[in-house]
Order: sequence, then structure tokens, then C-alpha cells
Amino acid sequence: MRIFDPHIHMTSRTTDDYERMAAAGVRAVVEPAFWLGQPRTGPQSFTDYFDALVGWEPFRAAQFGIRHHATIALNPKEANDPRCRPVLDLLPRYLAKDGVVAVGEIGYDSMTAAEDEVFARQLALAIEHDLPALVHTPHRDKARGTERSIAVVSESGIDPGRVVLDHLNELTVAAALDAGMWAGFSIYPDTKMSPTRMVKILHEYGMERVLVNSAADWGRSDPLLTVRTAEEMLAGGFTKDDVDRVLWRNPVEFFAQSGRLDLAGKGEAEATFAGNSILRGGS
Amino acid sequence: MTANDDAGTTRRGGAMTDLKTLRAALSDSPWLTEAVTAIEADPKAIGALFPAAGRRCGRGAIAPGWTADEAARAIMLAAAPAEADDLYRYGDADEKRAVLKSLPLLPIGDAAVPLLHDALRTNDTRLVAAALGPYAAHLDPAAWRQAVLKCVFMGIPLDAVDSLHKRADAALAAMLRAFADERAAAGREVPADAQQLLDELMGA
Repeated sequence: MRIFDPHIHMTSRTTDDYERMAAAGVRAVVEPAFWLGQPRTGPQSFTDYFDALVGWEPFRAAQFGIRHHATIALNPKEANDPRCRPVLDLLPRYLAKDGVVAVGEIGYDSMTAAEDEVFARQLALAIEHDLPALVHTPHRDKARGTERSIAVVSESGIDPGRVVLDHLNELTVAAALDAGMWAGFSIYPDTKMSPTRMVKILHEYGMERVLVNSAADWGRSDPLLTVRTAEEMLAGGFTKDDVDRVLWRNPVEFFAQSGRLDLAGKGEAEATFAGNSILRGGS
Repeated sequence: MTANDDAGTTRRGGAMTDLKTLRAALSDSPWLTEAVTAIEADPKAIGALFPAAGRRCGRGAIAPGWTADEAARAIMLAAAPAEADDLYRYGDADEKRAVLKSLPLLPIGDAAVPLLHDALRTNDTRLVAAALGPYAAHLDPAAWRQAVLKCVFMGIPLDAVDSLHKRADAALAAMLRAFADERAAAGREVPADAQQLLDELMGA
């Protein structure tokens, strides 16, 4: 079984997680830029974070044989802090990187005017840089937030097939798929979505344009819930090829639209050549 | 040696590589030619062109110790050497490495030494190795010895270090000796190349 986790915050995870993920079949991940538990207060802490997403984190992942790509954006929550806003002017530098396969996570947190503006501006950046967009749907007031996200995306002029609406559930999936967008589901220990519910959704809505991720981060979460969902699919009557489609070929298809997805990059071999400050507990 | 002895060339495994060789190896890339023209007209244009080198010129080996993307980046950087700091600051790991490898080819004296210090603070073996090319001649002896020892700790082969045998001294020998003693006490092995260097320094 090969697994591509299209949304996971590895910066917050340990090498134990990388080891368990690799052993369970996770071979590729996309790490979207998002908020940390502690709010940031200026653009420079964003750029240091973005540097890690295109520098240190892919290096760490490579040592476990896992390919790492990132998406870059100013997230909706911190879009509300005027001290963070200047980072928008630095985004083009990062959107030009080889390892950046989408603009994201963008979208809504509290559906403020500031979020409206930053969301629209970053959709324009996605078009300008010829990148797909990863849209976070809000946890509070989700149904309305999803409708409003669809409206903003449609207005931007970006091809809906290059947009994924993430953290969907039973009540928001139909709107996303009907709008021609991809539907992302974050499988969490007990909140957003569970493996059992996910399998029901797959039975009802099919596998086309569906992405399944763990969204594992610094909160209570589990980087192996993609694997648990794959097992639940097999138990629920799906074939191995179906599992491969949902948990590998679909995310590859979505992010390959960036033209930058590189699943056999040179970084891997070279990082392992001299290998292993992390594996050996080195410097 | 003086600061400019190596300007314009880099060594690796005895082979000399200069910008002319790299340009010749990439002479079939019209994209690169256009990029250099754009950078000569406006040095800031390099900000968006530098990251695209791998996608436009490929990533295969084209000269001893150089991949196509690294060579393309060296050629672009040579057209706007004042941008080295900024490109390194905002570079991903491959871009940072290309900047580090290009430094000895640029007419910049010791101005880029802070970039070496930054790279040597990282835990990325590729950056640490790239910081120890010919441009490391500008590192002061204490920083250079720490960097060599860091290579040993990180498992970076010592042949990545330019002028290793010429520059290794008694102080480095003492550090390697202490390292070997610690490894022996822990029942762990000393990497063969580090042991060989130590033997050479002790025997001399």
C-alpha cells in the first residue's frame, strides 16, 4: 500500500512519526503553511517558517524516504493581524520554489473583512504563479463558510479543478463537488472526520476529486489515520486499486497540476548520501 | 594564499571548474541566455529566475561536482553578484547550496563569509558540505576546524572539505584525538576518513 498524505504539518511531528509513517507506506506528503498554536507577531517569523517548509523539513523527510512538498500562504486566522499582513509581499519569493505545489492554506477562519481581502488576493497569486489552491474551510459556521468560499473562488476566475476545499464533512461535500472543486477530508481522532464516516462518504459520492488527509499537527491528531482509512475502505468493500486511487493517484493528480510535483527528486539520494545527522542523533 | 588565488574556479577531486566551462555545458539553453540578459538589465529580476533553474535547465550532472540547476544558478549569480545575500536568505535548500558553491567563482572577496557561518549552523548535511568548498579559505582557523569536526559528527565524507590536508593543523589533530577517545569510551567507531586524517596528523 502506498500513501500520499496531501495535508500534514510535519514541522510539529517527531522523527518517531516519520518512522512509523514510512513503515506504514506513507511515501509522500504535502505540508501546508498554517498557524501554530502560538500566534505570530510579524512577517519574519513567517519567513523563517516558510524557509523550514522548503529547507529543513524536506531534508528531514528525505531521511525516512518520504518526499515532502509544501503549500505557502498567509493563513486566514493571522490575516486578521495587521502586524502579519506585510508577509503577503514576500509570498511571491516562496511561490517560485520547486517544492511549492500550491497556494495554501487560504480561506476563512472567522469570515471577517480582512479574511475576505487576503483570501481574494492570494487566489490572484495562485493564478499569477500558475499554482493550485488549498482552501481551509472554517471549523465554526462551516456550511456558510464553505458556501462563501465557493463564491470567492468562483469570483476569482481560477479553474475550480485546481482548487481543493479542505476539512469537509457530510454537510459540505456536495457543494464542493457540485462546484467542480476537489473535496478534501481531514481524518481526526474524534473531531473533523473519522475513517468509518469517510468510507460512507466515498460510497455515497464516489472517488473522483476526493482527497483524504490526516491534517496531523500540534494538536491531538494521528499521522496514521490515512492508513486507517485505507484499511476501513478495504473492510467496507473497496478494492486495493480503489485505495491506491484515493490515497495516492488522486493527490498526485491534484498537485501535479502545479507542474512541480517531483516524486523522485534528487534531494532524497543526496540527503541520504551523507546522511544522517538525524538518524544517528548526530551533531 | 591570498583571497583571490581561487577566484573564478572551484576544485573538486582535483578537477577545476570555472564559469566558462559551466556556460559551455549549458550553451543549449535559450532560457538561460534570456535569463542572463534580463538579469543584466535588472539585477532584481534574478529573484524569480533563480528558483526556476531546475525546472528550466534540468538537474542532472553536467560537470564534475556540478548539476545543471547549480551551474545555471552560478551563471545567473555571476551576472548579479550583489544579489548573493538576498538569494541565499530566501533560497530553498537547493538554491542555498548553489549560492554557496558559486561563491569562489564571484569577485566578492570575503564579503560572503556570513553565509558560510549561516550554513555551518544548520543541520543540513548538503549545506554544511557546500560551505566547505574553496571559498572556506576565508573562514578563520577556529571556525574552519569546528566545521571539519562537524562533518565528522554528521557523517559527511571529509573529501567534501577543500584543502583539507593543506590546512589541517595540530589544533585540529587535538580535536580529532579527543573525538576518537570519546568514541572509544562509548564503544563506537571512528569514521575511517577521520581516523586516517588523525593518523596522518599525528605521524607528521
